[in-house]
Amino acid sequence: MGKIKINNIFGRKENILSIYLTAGYPVINSMPDLAIALAQAGVNFLELGMPFSDPLADGQTIQYSSNVALKNGITLEKYFDQVARIRDKIDIPLIFMGYFNQLLKFGIEKFLSNCVETGIDGMIIPDLPPEHFEKKYKEIFDKYDLSLSFLVTPTTTESRIKYIDKLSSGFVYLVSTSSTTGKIDKFTNEQAEYFKKIKNLNLNNPVIIGFGISSRDKFLLANKYADGAIIGSAYIKTLKNSANYILETKNFVNKILKK
Amino acid sequence: MNYEIDKHGFYGSYGGAFVPELLFANINELAQNYINIIEKEDFQNEYKSLLKDYVGRPSPLYFAKRLSARYNTNIFLKREDLNHTGAHKINNTIGQILLAKRMGKTRIIAETGAGQHGVATATVCALMDMECIVYMGEKDVKRQAPNVARMKMLGAEVRPVSSGSKTLKDATNEAIRDWINNPGNTFYIIGSVVGPHPYPDMVAIFQSVISEEMKLQLTEQTGRDYPDKIITCIGGGSNAAGAYYHYINNKKVELISVEAGGKGINTGMSAATSVLGSDGIIHGSMTKLMQTADGQIIEPYSISAGLDYPGIGPLHAHLIETGRTKVLTATDDQAVKAGFLLTKTEGIIPALESAHALAALEMIEFSLDEIVVVNLSGRGDKDMETYLQWNTTDIIPD
Ligand SMILES: Cc1ncc(COP(=O)(O)O)c(C=O)c1O
Repeated sequence: MGKIKINNIFGRKENILSIYLTAGYPVINSMPDLAIALAQAGVNFLELGMPFSDPLADGQTIQYSSNVALKNGITLEKYFDQVARIRDKIDIPLIFMGYFNQLLKFGIEKFLSNCVETGIDGMIIPDLPPEHFEKKYKEIFDKYDLSLSFLVTPTTTESRIKYIDKLSSGFVYLVSTSSTTGKIDKFTNEQAEYFKKIKNLNLNNPVIIGFGISSRDKFLLANKYADGAIIGSAYIKTLKNSANYILETKNFVNKILKK
Repeated sequence: MNYEIDKHGFYGSYGGAFVPELLFANINELAQNYINIIEKEDFQNEYKSLLKDYVGRPSPLYFAKRLSARYNTNIFLKREDLNHTGAHKINNTIGQILLAKRMGKTRIIAETGAGQHGVATATVCALMDMECIVYMGEKDVKRQAPNVARMKMLGAEVRPVSSGSKTLKDATNEAIRDWINNPGNTFYIIGSVVGPHPYPDMVAIFQSVISEEMKLQLTEQTGRDYPDKIITCIGGGSNAAGAYYHYINNKKVELISVEAGGKGINTGMSAATSVLGSDGIIHGSMTKLMQTADGQIIEPYSISAGLDYPGIGPLHAHLIETGRTKVLTATDDQAVKAGFLLTKTEGIIPALESAHALAALEMIEFSLDEIVVVNLSGRGDKDMETYLQWNTTDIIPD
């Protein structure tokens, strides 16, 4: 179902919300319960993060959750098991998020086929450069029904944005700031200009804004400028030291969606 | 066999720039400009004059008579330990800061393990009046205290890194994140031939002065511009890259790289990357690295902070893969012994990193007419505490 499933969420509903969660955090088996709670609370799609020992593109919060998850004993085997359990219970698109070395070491074909089998619909791999992907791996990826979203940042040139759009499927991931995740707490005028510029490019793919979205206001603004918003760090933060993370999860989503 | 990078920054199948889009503009600006700037005459003039008058180059090529007698061969030491700041690292930091200046950057960041690269960076920042921030693993801040003090005295801010294994790999992650968060005014001075393209090539170019001088010095002292063997230690591989650079295509020269075996290859406490590692990506570069079956990077171990790195530069991965270099490993024990031996026979206290290269002398059969160069990458002042913790009565050789 992969790509079609992701395409189907856009254009039908007003405000699109995606949530990032770290597999193995806060406890080793929490991801399925959290994912199901998120879906029931009205989240439109999920990014299921596989922790990496050296997550270059992540800020402190997600580094921290990745570290804890690895100490908790998360492995790719457990990750895929948990994805399959999530897929049994909920229908919304599931996106793998991780680093390219994890695919390389596991074997790219085997990795992608495991994704499809367990019910992943798309991929975000922040350190896979589009040029290298096109030259070396596109053919392999094309064999699997998985979307692949590349990142665009405020420093990406217009011609490169178009190139990235061409290679992306599912959606383009618009990084809201030249910064690792979770640093800022409001959009600046500069950011608003940048979002508008992207909107005016009329890209082929829907555009989702991520990095630094922490409140309902920013969520709504992101949806005004683009086709949806991804929340990561702000959600992961609420899980830290939480006594009831399922309740915490529902409250968090309700606050963002104001239900 | 071609040992040069291609236009995408690959040595064979190793190298490249596997960086998040957040870093693309920074890396691309550097990749588009470094060669043009380095090749300009005014750059070369300033670089060479600083190497001569500030660093003290050329570093001597010293015929180690007593050491040679012990191993029945002819051993020359390339004395990078005599450079200003005590190691080869400054050859690279001088080059990179001149590049940073010409690119209009005002803020310098660096990572450091042993603290040698941090000191070399803080030094050139003082010299050029630039802001300097050095990321250093918490564990290394403790075991290399004298270098932390030097960096601070030189005006650098040392930021301890508490993520991951709290050593060099994590300091490198943190420096890269700093660069992502501060595009525009910041220049990242990497300390070895690692990281995304163009760093491996650029650092190798700046360190190539080592083998450039060796050619002249060997001609003068032996009548031939090449040795039979070059022995180096490799952490990331910058002193090795510099010592090999002008000999890579001369197959008569045997290139021997010594990795840190730690407490022993099979003890789980080692940094012998090429033996224990497999192909993958670390710090934006496709190379050999120590990793789990899941592709998680393994925390290495070595007594020497400068070799305590789970990867190697992509050039070295390529040289090893193609059989051009041979890799040996030296354990903590073997390195410390070799350090004491050099001290006793030649009156030179080597850095623990360099002591790994010296340890290889015990492992190789030499002939009497051979010419061997050991790249003595640094001096041991920073390692006195570690050396003195060893039970010296046990290990001082006769
Ligand atoms: C004296 C000395 N030698 C060697 C190294 C290892 O680095 P490389 O392999 O890049 O030469 C270091 C690193 O700190 C060092 O200080």
